Amino acid sequence: MLSDANLAAILLTLKLATLVTVILLLVGTPIAWWLARTRSWWKGPISAVVALPIVLPPSVLGFYLLVAMGPNGPVGRLTQALGLGTLPFTFAGLVVASVFYSLPFVVQPIQNAFEAMGERPLEVAASLRAGPLDRFFTVAVPLSSPGFLTAGVLGFAHTVGEFGVVLMIGGNIPGVTRVVSVQIYDYVEAFEYADAHILSGIMLAFSFTVLLAMYLLNPTRTHK
Amino acid sequence: MIRARFKLAFPEFALDVDLDLPGRGVVALFGHSGSGKTTLLRAIAGLEKVPRGFLEVNGSVWQDAATFLPVHKRPLGFVFQEASLFPHLSVRANLAYGMRRVPAASRKVSLDHAVELLGIGPLLDRMPGRLSGGERQRVAIARALAVSPAILLMDEPLAALDLARKQEILPYLERLHEELEIPLVYVSHAPDEVARLADTLVAMEQGRVVAQGPLLETLARLDLPIRLGEDAGVVLEGEIAELDADWHLARIAFAGGGLWVRESGLAVGRQVRVRILARDISIALTPQADNSILNVIPATVEQLADETHPALALVKLDAGGAPLVARITRRSAAKLQLQPGMKVWAQIKAVALVG
Amino acid sequence: MKHLLKFFFFSLAANLALADEVQVAVAANFTAPMKAIAADFEKDTGHKARLAFGSTGKFYAQIKNGAPFQVFLAADDTTPARLEKEGMTVPGSRFTYAVGTLVLWSAKPGFVDARGEVLKKGDFAHLALANPKVAPYGAAAVEVMEKLGVLESLKPRFVLGENIAQTQQFVVTGNAELGFVALSQVMKNGKVGEGSAWVVPAKLHTPIRQDAVILASGRGNAAAEALMKYLKSARAAAIIKSYGYAL
Repeated sequence: MLSDANLAAILLTLKLATLVTVILLLVGTPIAWWLARTRSWWKGPISAVVALPIVLPPSVLGFYLLVAMGPNGPVGRLTQALGLGTLPFTFAGLVVASVFYSLPFVVQPIQNAFEAMGERPLEVAASLRAGPLDRFFTVAVPLSSPGFLTAGVLGFAHTVGEFGVVLMIGGNIPGVTRVVSVQIYDYVEAFEYADAHILSGIMLAFSFTVLLAMYLLNPTRTHK
Repeated sequence: MIRARFKLAFPEFALDVDLDLPGRGVVALFGHSGSGKTTLLRAIAGLEKVPRGFLEVNGSVWQDAATFLPVHKRPLGFVFQEASLFPHLSVRANLAYGMRRVPAASRKVSLDHAVELLGIGPLLDRMPGRLSGGERQRVAIARALAVSPAILLMDEPLAALDLARKQEILPYLERLHEELEIPLVYVSHAPDEVARLADTLVAMEQGRVVAQGPLLETLARLDLPIRLGEDAGVVLEGEIAELDADWHLARIAFAGGGLWVRESGLAVGRQVRVRILARDISIALTPQADNSILNVIPATVEQLADETHPALALVKLDAGGAPLVARITRRSAAKLQLQPGMKVWAQIKAVALVG
Repeated sequence: MKHLLKFFFFSLAANLALADEVQVAVAANFTAPMKAIAADFEKDTGHKARLAFGSTGKFYAQIKNGAPFQVFLAADDTTPARLEKEGMTVPGSRFTYAVGTLVLWSAKPGFVDARGEVLKKGDFAHLALANPKVAPYGAAAVEVMEKLGVLESLKPRFVLGENIAQTQQFVVTGNAELGFVALSQVMKNGKVGEGSAWVVPAKLHTPIRQDAVILASGRGNAAAEALMKYLKSARAAAIIKSYGYAL
């Protein structure tokens, strides 16, 4: 039932989504922390930039990434100067693009959780001799854990479902950038509907299971 | 010794303070809401960063032009108005949180002592969500003690509790006061709390200190800028001298003589504080024997002052060195022709034992 | 006078009655020429052609699911043939309206020589082409490379665009040094605009026949029939040729 091509696409997609989610949790948490606590007037503009991928059509984002990462664009010139070549058509390029594209889906839940927690628990921790990093890991993170969980799931799911951006800069290379969403699209375009159904069905079942698990395991349901 | 100089000017809150406070006993920061008392406490803790402020606590400089010691490096304990226990940790873990971060060599208060002091032994394995307001606040106080602080700061710890809970916790606070050597800075807008606990009174209004000094004499000032209204009164210190088993009364000896109060299980020799509200003192030129008032004390009129209502006046009396303040109508004052220096009798209708 | 009036109203009515609308699905690569043709078509016949542009595969799916197109200009000949077999067209209406010309193009001037030797030299990291599974220009490009004997060596360097428009984007932005696109995409004023190109000789691949067909929903629509006739006219042929297609 699962052809080699399909399996390759699925594994590639999972690899991409996992890597992107981990990166976003690491990169997005400090951003969310700053946004939740700053009183600088930069908060507005930065929030808007972070939220852009929600409203931008993926093809727009993909196109600008294509230009920027290409040999004539600022990012492309940088990667070439570093001896890394250019990012389009590479798995690394997909990771970079997906990180941009899924950023708000990870940052916003974490930011909301930090804001909901407020200042008080951190003040208490400070009065109990906890330094800044200590406070963050022993108080902020546990109290915001539902936000982290939501962010991780949303980031993962959003990357799995991503299509427009991957299409624009992926180049559809088997085993490298041919992710499931593009594979399904190709099946439809080539009238191979049976394969399209199979792959879509698998992704649908997988996504549903993941989301269901998240909602069932969500800690806020078990607090008093 | 606590030396604090803070100046803050924001639309929401202003602070202009230049204070020297004793580094022992209970210092009460007293005032109405918006008076700046909480801001001052938070500035002392370092939770509010006041630029160009100065703070020295018992010899260590916590803040000056060049330095600002971050909160977590200050050897203080802080109790917030709403207990603010960590909801994800049990009571025991909450208590251990701070303690673990104090090197074993510097721990002066043992966990057991703090638990015993606040009577929270049976609560140790519960989660904060399952505690009552009073229990939560006691845990919060124990938690602050568990870091062996050099100074304990409390921001209206009883304000969020109902009367019954307050009465439940006040004795614990009094014990703290007696048993610990560390200074306690206590913010409150409740005169009865201040009366019970404070050694030093700092009265604040609109971000400024308007009166400060030892509790007993500061409270008795007629010119106390903070209008206490119905709560105006004095606090006296005395000792239980005698118990009358038949009538269930106890006599408290103080500078001006003796006061009979309801007995409350305290033994002879015990040092106590009593509070007498101004509205409970009336003045007579001659002692009356045929009325129900038990406590009639000879005193000298020291000073008269107006009250906010034009019908009333405050009269400060000297009873053997202890101050009394009586509130009477101006008409009566005129009728009795009260003058400073006159010898009169203070008829005290109610005396409250405040610990 | 009365006769003049009668004649006036009659011809007016006749014109109004005769002026019809036709919904046309047009392959994306034929966008520019079709717009020009439709404008002339309306001027000359009074009929109005409402154009929708997109990928052939998507149009097929939409038509099968009841999309209200009456005429279909595909990017290949297999899709209209399939529709015909499935009985979704007016039999006999299918014909080839244009033959696509493949070009190997680079945004860099002087990169592609006039004989395509650059393919054998292989001095590049990425070669763009349309996905051969779904785009006839891509399939043709594969045929060309096979004929030249470079298919296996170049395959690892392929980047696939979903259609030739996207393929061109890869090349324009420089991400792919060169790529196979349609001549009509890079033509300007009758010759190749910027960059460098090799116009692939038609004999190197199966002709890229682009077929048009009247769909079942267009049966009896006067404007549909008029459009098909117009596409075969000399006027339309001139436009089509000027955009780099053969006939």
